[in-house]
Amino acid sequence: MTKIDSKIPEGPIAEKWTRYKEHQKLVNPANKRKIDIIVVGTGLAGSSAAASLGEMGFNVKVFCIQDSPRRAHSIAAQGGINAAKNYPNDGDTIYRLFYDTVKGGDYRSRESNTYRLAEVSNNIIDQCVAQGVPFAREYSGYLANRSFGGALVSRTFYARGQTGQQLLLGAYGALSKEIKRGSVKLYTRREMLDLVVMKDGRARGIIVRNLFTGELERYSAHAVLLATGGYGNVYFLSTNAMTSNGSAAWRAYKRGAYFANPCYVQIHPTCIPVHGEYQSKLTLMSESLRNDGRIWVPKKKEDAERIRKKELRPRDIPEEDRDYYLERRYPAFGNLAPRDVSSRAAKERCDAGYGVGPTGLAVFLDLKDAIARLGKEVIKARYGNLIDMYERITGENAYETPFMIYPAVHYCMGGLWVDYELESNIPGLFVGGEANFSDHGANRLGASAIMQGLSDGYFILPYTMQNYLADQITVGPIPTNTSEFDEAEKDVQARIDRLMAVKGKVPVDTFHKKLGHIMWEHVGMARNREGLKEGIKMIQELREDFWKNVRVPGNPMGINIELEKALRVADFLELGELMARDALHREESAGGHFREEYQTPDGEAMRNDKDFMYVAAWEYKGDDKEPALNKEELNYEYIEVKTRNYKTA
Amino acid sequence: MNFKLKIWRQASPNDKGQFVDYEVHDISSDASFLEMIDILNDELVEKGEDPIAFDHDCREGICGMCSMFINGHPHGPEAATTTCQLHMRKFKDGETIVIEPWRARPFPVIKDLIVDRSAFDEIIRAGGFISVTTGGVPDANAIPIKKEVADLAMDAAACIGCGACVAACKNASAMLFVSAKVSQFALLPQGKVEAKDRVKSMVAKMDELGFGNCTNTYACEAECPKEISITNIARMNRQFIGAKLG
Repeated sequence: MTKIDSKIPEGPIAEKWTRYKEHQKLVNPANKRKIDIIVVGTGLAGSSAAASLGEMGFNVKVFCIQDSPRRAHSIAAQGGINAAKNYPNDGDTIYRLFYDTVKGGDYRSRESNTYRLAEVSNNIIDQCVAQGVPFAREYSGYLANRSFGGALVSRTFYARGQTGQQLLLGAYGALSKEIKRGSVKLYTRREMLDLVVMKDGRARGIIVRNLFTGELERYSAHAVLLATGGYGNVYFLSTNAMTSNGSAAWRAYKRGAYFANPCYVQIHPTCIPVHGEYQSKLTLMSESLRNDGRIWVPKKKEDAERIRKKELRPRDIPEEDRDYYLERRYPAFGNLAPRDVSSRAAKERCDAGYGVGPTGLAVFLDLKDAIARLGKEVIKARYGNLIDMYERITGENAYETPFMIYPAVHYCMGGLWVDYELESNIPGLFVGGEANFSDHGANRLGASAIMQGLSDGYFILPYTMQNYLADQITVGPIPTNTSEFDEAEKDVQARIDRLMAVKGKVPVDTFHKKLGHIMWEHVGMARNREGLKEGIKMIQELREDFWKNVRVPGNPMGINIELEKALRVADFLELGELMARDALHREESAGGHFREEYQTPDGEAMRNDKDFMYVAAWEYKGDDKEPALNKEELNYEYIEVKTRNYKTA
Repeated sequence: MNFKLKIWRQASPNDKGQFVDYEVHDISSDASFLEMIDILNDELVEKGEDPIAFDHDCREGICGMCSMFINGHPHGPEAATTTCQLHMRKFKDGETIVIEPWRARPFPVIKDLIVDRSAFDEIIRAGGFISVTTGGVPDANAIPIKKEVADLAMDAAACIGCGACVAACKNASAMLFVSAKVSQFALLPQGKVEAKDRVKSMVAKMDELGFGNCTNTYACEAECPKEISITNIARMNRQFIGAKLG
């Protein structure tokens, strides 16, 4: 086992980041022009990092998979962004945001990183307002806040139900400014298919496929930043966009980067339930609905049964026959219990036979009391766009009848391992946003993903990457005609040729759906030893089947969407197995990772701090070898580690 | 449900292109429009044919990637709805559905239903931002902004950059798209510093890229999936005249 150095600076936690910045190495302006940086991904983390690094004077090449940087899936974040501004005067502080995030993450995140995230959260709001992001405001003209799960204060800033869109367009504006200025060069419709690591161990480039021409292209730089998002689409059905995928991270893993805590996946409690086999994605209903919506199922099984058969309407169930199970189980946090807790509670009720909807896999989220208290107009102003969206998808009117919701795969806390500088164990390979593992532990709180993306991109990576690049100023331009680039491109070409040569009969999506089903059943909301072992076997068999029977029609040159999907699914078929292995090895329940063997008598998650208070950083050892487990021990100096409690304040 | 489809197929930018007829059967009324195309594509792949190329990504109406011209309407017949949020229950069983790409000179077809909308990115690069750099900005609450003003700015900022306005316009005008960004910043105090240069530069870029003029048909507003208001165009015109006068 390799010793892991997370490079946490000395000193009290509140001073670590300041001390780091005071002592980090800098690059003078003339030398910055000689340094190239590759940024892959243009979501919140990628766009903000590329723009900030460009402003500093570095030469940045930024890559996105869509036709424009503005389409990255950060755009879909709805509810809001946290910051410890304490504008509502309700007792918020940087420490409290840090504490809530560590506790929300079930004491499996790195204290120093999480503190820094809370520390820079306020700068993000300032920056975005300066960019013209139209956050919601009070009649006074000052910024409005609302509450999110896992917090007892109102610290969430928002722009209607489109906060991610507005923040991403802010970052896209900053990026556009730098593209115009010439410091950033944009490459669209490119997908990264390999990382190039030099013989001296440094990351120096990438191989991408041009999705229009089909050609493989080489790009070199002094450092590479991956901001390629999460791998939630391994489940096929998730709230991710269709092209969101895990390949960039997986290829980095296969070139030696550690993959940390892959089993930590967030299942979001408030999504529109699955309705059919042909379904292509799941739609999230913002967690902000839980501010005013009350979640319930019928108390009597026969009522639930009759609702499923449409013999009863939800409105027919009298108040005393409704089970507001979150309020019952978690009186202090109620409907604002954290996501992992809320999702499991919904699953528990549905598994016990109280679920509603045609499949019995749904619970109600009811605005009835809020409408009675505040009036329909107020509710419309707060959630109108969500209510409209729900009606478009389901044909139902949530002013009249409660929403039906069920948990769905949403976010990956796991990702490439990074140190305090957000650098992976491969020198020169940095990872930002959802693609890294660092800040959320085993569960992420609502409105914290976009906070982390922008914190990494605007305020952390521009410093830490500069620290790395300071000794690169004499290296000179990195050539792309080296043996390392040759080899990486040859590997990618071989993978494409092999896929084209299968000439089977089964479409890629069929395999992807099968994989998703295995992952949901065996590596989903609740896991157990036997199920995980069986899941691993099933994934291995499916992988074999894929490479024998997949059909990729057409030509590898030009647009070939089936080939794009096949490359991603081939990687998911490997990544899924690592997730299951990680889940099998972690013999405890923590955050999004719930092992049925490890729970309290009343069904709460039971951690094992003695044996598992570490980051599991998996190391690739070869296709026919088991991955090696490296451990980064987690030390909590500033927060007392306790059992998470959302029952009392 | 069963449908007859007439879909535009075009192998490459220089190919002439043509409508091809397809049929789909046993489609659930709860399926989305794009899921119906997915089902058709799976059938095409199984037959060894080239699937229909189309742009899509988030499938929740916010990324702005999907772009089908359905039965004569960008994003189809339902108001305030992107193609990905359109569901088959909005169509009649047995109906013939005609599907085309956006048609506008500044949005050349790349393949089938995919068009090149990079012209929109170029317009934004011409000035659709506030030139603030990272760091060194005042506290977010330092400048109070009237709620009504912030709300109007948000209405304009809700644009998803899909290009439906251009596809809907007989002149292929991009005025609604450009005016939404100009308005967002013209309304907010942070955007006022660069307001004059912004509007001149974005309008000049729009003209240079070959987008047509606005002749007030209001088709853009009627077809916009985010209901961006035509009043933004009036605001941009005022801004533009003001900027030209000095």
